[in-house]
Amino acid sequence: MVRLPYFSALTTLFSYGLLFAFGQLRDFFRKILDWFKSKDLHGYAPICLGLEDFYTRRLYLRIQDCFNRPIASAPDSWIDVVERYSKDNNKTLHRTSKISKCLNLGSYNYLGFAAADEYCTPQVIESLKKYSPSTCSSRVDGGTTKLHVELEEVVARFVRKPAAIVLGMGYATNSAIIPVLMGKGCLIISDSLNHNSIVNGARGSGAAHLEEVLREQIADGQPRTHRPWKKIIVIVEGIYSMEGELCKLPEIIAVCKKYKAYTYLDEAHSIGAIGKSGRGVCELLGVDTADVDIMMGTFTKSFGSCGGYIAASKEIIQHLRNTCPAHFYATSMSPPAVQQVISAIKVVLGEDGSNRGAQKLSQIRENSNFFRSELSKMGFEVLGDNDSPVMPIMLYNPAKIPAFSRECLRCNVAVVTVAFPATPLLLARARICISASHTREDLIKALEVLSKVGDLVGIKYFPVEPQKDLADETQKKVE
Amino acid sequence: MASGVMNVTTAALDWLSAAFDAPLARAVVFGVHIDGHLVVEVLLIAVILFQLSRKSYKPPKKPLTEKEIDNLCEEWVPEPLCPPITKQIEAEAPILESAAGPHTVVDGKEVVNFASANYLGLVGHEKIVDSCIGSLEKYGVGACGPRGFYGTIDVHLDCEKKISNFLGTPDSVLYSYGMSTIFSVIPAFCKKGDIIVADEGVHWGVQNGLYLSRSTVVYFKHNDMASLESTLEKLTRGNKRAEKLRRYIVVESVYQNSGQVAPLDQIVRLKEKYHFRVILDESHSFGVLGKSGRGLAEHYGVPIEKIDIITAGMGNALATDGGFCTGSVRVVDHQRLSSSGYVFSASLPPFLASAAITAVDYLHENPSILETLKNNINILRKGLADVPGLEVTSSSLSPIVFLKLKKSKGSQNSDLQLLEKIVNRVLHEDSVFLVLSKRSALDKCRLPVGIRLFVSAGHSESDILKACESLKRVAALEIA
Ligand SMILES: Cc1ncc(COP(=O)(O)O)c(C=O)c1O
Repeated sequence: MVRLPYFSALTTLFSYGLLFAFGQLRDFFRKILDWFKSKDLHGYAPICLGLEDFYTRRLYLRIQDCFNRPIASAPDSWIDVVERYSKDNNKTLHRTSKISKCLNLGSYNYLGFAAADEYCTPQVIESLKKYSPSTCSSRVDGGTTKLHVELEEVVARFVRKPAAIVLGMGYATNSAIIPVLMGKGCLIISDSLNHNSIVNGARGSGAAHLEEVLREQIADGQPRTHRPWKKIIVIVEGIYSMEGELCKLPEIIAVCKKYKAYTYLDEAHSIGAIGKSGRGVCELLGVDTADVDIMMGTFTKSFGSCGGYIAASKEIIQHLRNTCPAHFYATSMSPPAVQQVISAIKVVLGEDGSNRGAQKLSQIRENSNFFRSELSKMGFEVLGDNDSPVMPIMLYNPAKIPAFSRECLRCNVAVVTVAFPATPLLLARARICISASHTREDLIKALEVLSKVGDLVGIKYFPVEPQKDLADETQKKVE
Repeated sequence: MASGVMNVTTAALDWLSAAFDAPLARAVVFGVHIDGHLVVEVLLIAVILFQLSRKSYKPPKKPLTEKEIDNLCEEWVPEPLCPPITKQIEAEAPILESAAGPHTVVDGKEVVNFASANYLGLVGHEKIVDSCIGSLEKYGVGACGPRGFYGTIDVHLDCEKKISNFLGTPDSVLYSYGMSTIFSVIPAFCKKGDIIVADEGVHWGVQNGLYLSRSTVVYFKHNDMASLESTLEKLTRGNKRAEKLRRYIVVESVYQNSGQVAPLDQIVRLKEKYHFRVILDESHSFGVLGKSGRGLAEHYGVPIEKIDIITAGMGNALATDGGFCTGSVRVVDHQRLSSSGYVFSASLPPFLASAAITAVDYLHENPSILETLKNNINILRKGLADVPGLEVTSSSLSPIVFLKLKKSKGSQNSDLQLLEKIVNRVLHEDSVFLVLSKRSALDKCRLPVGIRLFVSAGHSESDILKACESLKRVAALEIA
């Protein structure tokens, strides 16, 4: 968790207060102006609601250019960011044909499978020719090809579970599976920082301090009726995408076992990215996968494809096949994308006959740990644990969000800044995702730029550690 | 008994007031006569107030001791994560060994495929495959990030523009998964308190969206405009509060659960009369209905602006994947910040966006393909007109031809079992691949089940006749 420094909290609140006040003032004048014009809604309530829309109009639009930046290349370590301009104070942005080549610190390309790959791409194209981009049918109808069956086997083997089911979208994997497993009278204990897809799935099923919470819930039962819960599931993420933290899986598993709660592990960011052979947090933290009831993950990150999986016991997977609505109604995952995952996993496992997978894995670990330690040395407030390729840098003040993002872009480094809907209002941050495809030179360039921009924007909240000149170190490395 | 008590009480009160009356007789304080009555009443009020101010009696609450909690935890036995698998599970879906075109390979045998919503026959189309290869080489497979964070590739923007240009709408937004489109769009616009009127036959994606929105949802009879009108009337008449709420009608253009087509002209008339907005799912009509494939609005000659929000999955006519939502600039921009499936999910793989662009271009350049499709639908409908025991219940416009049992076996399950038998025999004996309208246990749709045939422009006349012949033969054996 972040400890919000007192001073930053004050200035951040003050900034938001100011933005809010000015926004309200502008809205007030807008209303007067609109009042003169005739109303054109004629009995319809406005389609966007007050405060939500206020946030968009008065806060987000000002810094819109820091988000949704289009790129004109694969999301590899270097990307071509398309330049945009605005003629109306950022209200609308237009693409130009100009691009700037930037170092990519934003994409979830942990293993570097985003770009065309010497092993995967030919196989993907082969599958594309054989199966075409879509089956136009759902898995239970005519949407199951040989590739889908193969992928389910490969995934089950990779995450070390008896069986797996694959869906076409990671988000829907969570939001469509959780309601199948948990119905009325079941309790879902979800980490407060879980991803939105889990929140929606949990909501769709009508159903912290883990041990305390568990004891209290088992003792109290359901609200009002006090009937005991039918079952309790604890949902955690392997790596929290906005925090960069690893979950404390061994402790969680121990507690869940003691209290007979089920565990659901979302490995969207950790599968493929961490662990000695890329098998995620279980491998890294030495947890037996048999102890995790349901393992979920996505292919959109490390494997550079789309879709998600659930791996669990044979019975659970069979149950999901018989009931999961996404399995019944959604167009099955695109066959070339399926092939991409199969090939990528084979590379990671070394089944392609090379050691590229192992290299990628050691590269991402080295890159992440190097980058994280350098950032901390510079005095940035970096969140997260060692080995995690996700590292958020705290910004706090709303004015620092666009400043940081724009300055980095000017120096050809593409970073991601995250603010309110994705994080709490006061905890705006920049998030860096390290990839195995970054070279040491890339990272050093990135560190130089971040350091410069960090000084400019004033986000080195911690004391700087005395350090040797970066350039010196590079020289040594190069030698 | 009660009257006795009353009598005694009145007597006592009389006595009391008399007793007080004596010394205070005719005393006047601030112009108020003070007599015994008043004193007694004041006393009574004081007692009542005193009683009211006291806490009501509660048994003292003793928190559970650690020991007791330990015991409770010990005793608690959770249900298993999934119910035991029963015998009656469906057979595994057939596994395809080649592209899901009009002909495909199942179990090493070539079959005629009526299971894929490949309406325009674009599965395996050379142009589309070529555009995908180009895209794969340039952009890789996945976009490795949500749209907000460098997951916006230029082809996404081109594809959005292509779709809105094609449909004549101001703007559109791409989703990475067909089904998630509608279930993200509905909660983005409908919140707690808003009113949604929806058809009872909507598919699960819509149902899920309605559920996630937490709005007040009222269903009307499947594709029944009189029922829609009376529902709207009931909701709005004399309800001043309704004017302040956002109100939506949610319908599908071609119902995936029944093959019915929504009468859009009437819906638009009702929507304008009652001031509702329309959310229309065009998954099975985009690229199918209308003179040039622009969907239901074109078919009915309704100006597209009248429909507030249109969504569609691209995994059908366009033969790619993902989905889009189109409408006014405001509708689209709102989703880019507030639609959870758009904001929180990695964007559509760029090669699928390229495929969509090529498919729309292809449709634009070859509108005659729609004639072929219509023709095929007609041939199939005619051929299925006299299948024993089964009847075609879908609309003559619908590319999903829906065959229902004339006489239900009594329950959905037994109907499904019978139909399943027919479909299996048709597949194994005559190499025609048909599917049932299977439903997940979570699906709330209660419309009758049936056999669904997805017609494609790629089917030849002999393919279709073969399917009809086979169905007739097997149905005669199984149902008779
Ligand atoms: C923890 C978690 N779960 C699920 C998802 C959704 O995955 P996808 O992008 O494949 O829809 C994400 C994506 O950001 C995530 O971070």
